[in-house]
Amino acid sequence: MSVPAQMSVEEAADVHDVRVSAGDYARAAFRDRIALLAFIYLALLMAFTVGAEILAPHQPTGLNLRDRLLPPGSTGSKGAFHLLGTDELGRDLFSRLIYGARVSVSVGMLGAIVSCVVGVATGLTAGYYGGLYEDIVMRLVDGMLSLPSLLVALFVLFVLGGGYTNLILVFCVLHWMVFCRLSRGLALDARSSTYVVAAKALGAPGLRIVFRHILPNVMAPVIVLFTLEIAILILSEASLSFLGFGVQPPDPSWGLMIADGREHIRSAWWLVTFPGLAIFLTALSLNLVANWVRAVTDPVQRWRWLSREVGR
Amino acid sequence: MTSGPIVSIDSLRVEFPSRGGSVVAVKDVGFQIFPGEILGVVGESGSGKSVTSNALLQLTKFSAGRVTGGSLNFVRRDGRSVDLRHADEREMQEIRGNEIGMIFQEPMVALNPSYTVGWQMAEGLKVHRGLSAKAAEARSLELLEQVRIPDPVRRLRQYPHELSGGMCQRIVIAMALACEPRLLIADEPTTALDVTVQAEILALISMLRRETGAAILLITHDMAVVAQMADRVVVMYRGEVVEQGSAGQVLLEPRHEYTASLLDAVPRIGEMVGSRGPKRMKVAGRQGQAVQSASTGQDRLLDVRNLTKRFPVRGGILGRVVANVHAVEDVSFRVGRNETLSLVGESGSGKSTVGNCILRLEEPDTGEVEFKGRRLPELSRSEMRDVRRDMQVVFQDPYGSLNPQMRLLDQVAEPIRNYRLDRGTAIEDRVAEIFDRVGMPRSFLSRFPSELSGGQRQRVAIARSLALNPSFIVADEAVSSLDVSIRAQVLNLMMELQEVLGLSYLFISHDMAVVERVSHRVAVMYQGRIVEMGRRADIFENPQHDYTKALLAAVPRMDPAARIDEVEIGARSIPSPIRPVGHIPEPCRYSEVSKHHMVLQDGTG
Repeated sequence: MSVPAQMSVEEAADVHDVRVSAGDYARAAFRDRIALLAFIYLALLMAFTVGAEILAPHQPTGLNLRDRLLPPGSTGSKGAFHLLGTDELGRDLFSRLIYGARVSVSVGMLGAIVSCVVGVATGLTAGYYGGLYEDIVMRLVDGMLSLPSLLVALFVLFVLGGGYTNLILVFCVLHWMVFCRLSRGLALDARSSTYVVAAKALGAPGLRIVFRHILPNVMAPVIVLFTLEIAILILSEASLSFLGFGVQPPDPSWGLMIADGREHIRSAWWLVTFPGLAIFLTALSLNLVANWVRAVTDPVQRWRWLSREVGR
Repeated sequence: MTSGPIVSIDSLRVEFPSRGGSVVAVKDVGFQIFPGEILGVVGESGSGKSVTSNALLQLTKFSAGRVTGGSLNFVRRDGRSVDLRHADEREMQEIRGNEIGMIFQEPMVALNPSYTVGWQMAEGLKVHRGLSAKAAEARSLELLEQVRIPDPVRRLRQYPHELSGGMCQRIVIAMALACEPRLLIADEPTTALDVTVQAEILALISMLRRETGAAILLITHDMAVVAQMADRVVVMYRGEVVEQGSAGQVLLEPRHEYTASLLDAVPRIGEMVGSRGPKRMKVAGRQGQAVQSASTGQDRLLDVRNLTKRFPVRGGILGRVVANVHAVEDVSFRVGRNETLSLVGESGSGKSTVGNCILRLEEPDTGEVEFKGRRLPELSRSEMRDVRRDMQVVFQDPYGSLNPQMRLLDQVAEPIRNYRLDRGTAIEDRVAEIFDRVGMPRSFLSRFPSELSGGQRQRVAIARSLALNPSFIVADEAVSSLDVSIRAQVLNLMMELQEVLGLSYLFISHDMAVVERVSHRVAVMYQGRIVEMGRRADIFENPQHDYTKALLAAVPRMDPAARIDEVEIGARSIPSPIRPVGHIPEPCRYSEVSKHHMVLQDGTG
């Protein structure tokens, strides 16, 4: 075999040198302060969720009717300090927030993950394969989107009974359609791109094209939707718990806390403000961190994020 | 008017911020433009030619670039000399579009799709000249006549998508001329256009130069365009001017090594007269060797008979088929073992569709495709998957055809994994071997496509298609988007592989000069039909069909002394390939000029 045509010196030198080290990631994280804050918030949240028993200053269900509706920063009758005040039954709000994170975050996360997996799988395949399968899936999506979600939720929970697992199941039934619609559109777009046609010409089977070639290239918008859905699910959990199908009182969840606090909104603003803030910050942080992770792991974009001078 | 230069650029330096400091895109660039001349600035991508012209209009700041040194003196209409580096935004607005006009590469993108041509033309006139709506329309009409657009009154009411690329470029030129600029910057004005349209536009630009007396700064990567147009030439390389001088001197007696190698890398049409097979390109001063291939054209590999493909045009509320685009019409040809057949034609001629139909990336409507004795259109999905091991494709766009999220190793391993040819580390070894074969260093295996240049990506794409040891490769405009010197190397690689591995190519291209270099046989396509087919020498030395002749005549020559003058400047209207439902076209009938040399008879097609 003869010697192949080698690249010229110029051609070989024409490489964008973007090797990255772990140090680059760390530096990039520190440079992007907002993402770093979001990261810290999520880390704290995780710590509280796991170690609630140790970290919470009071029992989340410890009643004390003498200390009802204390404002944030006040000291109770027994000398107990209430950082975020107390609720209408005299329970420490901060402790309830910490315990509530367990239910809210896990239900929100798991619900979003399950609906994302189902929605993306059906959406991408529908968009890629098209035909009758696509018609059936998309009509199902249209149909389900037009059903009143609360009614469906109540119906399913009534039939199956409440509880943690069923709650996640209901969330999946109610939310997979958004993911499905989005990813179908993305797949339609990717289907005609050259790299997909090339993969086809190289003999890749359909499902491999969908999940190995298209999926990584359409993750960005899916991740954004995913983080938004978590916040929405945390709130839905609230309404279902409020109606008595989700988490059962006196166990705390952020949604339930907001629901309970509504009655006292004029006299005790902190009851809804702090759980609301917790939901907001969680969603925002997830969004920021997800965005950042996506950017620094994307081979096309990451040099931008990791580079010293340009920043973003 | 003074005889001094209207633009003098002196030791210009432009920097772009980037990772680890800033990149100097242009350094110490200096040249002058005199009234009424065409100055050609030529260079490959990344040479800083567009950055220089953007600096003139202070457009670099939109891409975060900073002019950090030098001066850009421009003599304004009233005779004042202004350094455009320091001019304020108000003054720049007076100059942009008014005293310096701009013509862009992509005419379809340069026009706003949501406004009519008339509206867009009138806008500039109202802003710069303070014309009333009525006067602006009258002036627009006059300008359209000046750029020789047929039926100008109707054009004013049309939207950009209703017009062809050449037509759009004429409108862009008309807009640039609207305020009678003293300088016209044409940044790759014909790169996106077909070769026959390119010839028209170039002729138009040099005629307008004579009529209006405007100086023209012509930026291009194409040496032949420079040879056709420029009075003086500036050659740029990696941000610096390596050579400047009169067109004749630079092109015929280049002084700088880089200019010489650039000129060498350009295939010149007609230089293959007398040689039998394809011949390698000249790289780095070394003359290319002829390709040793045993092709006789007898040993048949692929046989395409009466292939047709139509795309339905849907309309109305119910989405019924109202017409058909006849993309491929009664196309027949053969490709022998170890042979390169080139399918050449302009955009919309159906040449890519033919390639896709053979690979069954699109299903042909009727016709027979026989590959190694198997009839492809009849095969089932899984049988076709088998056949694909033996026929591969390399696409035009090396940026789009590689999955941006996969390492190069995985890209090339993909087909091996798809067909389960190897497992585990054996795959990596195999990929590394293929990398050696296409001249890519093994250290690149774990890189991502975004870290490579266009030429390197195309090497990976070729590597990927070789992974299955195919005997036949469809190369769909495989080198069209590469710089000339890189293109020469990739072409040489392809010819090398043909020699070593005994490959056959269906080489789909619009570039006649490249086709002449690589082909054993050539088929010319026009409007979905093959109008002429024969051995390379038949087509290039004895063209018979009018379209083949027109195509060959439109290719710009490298010799500044032999400029094409007799090109018809008026835009031709291109016949539409859209036919009503039920239209049955005539079959193609060919007459035989000599053995293997067929020409479509007049009146058919």
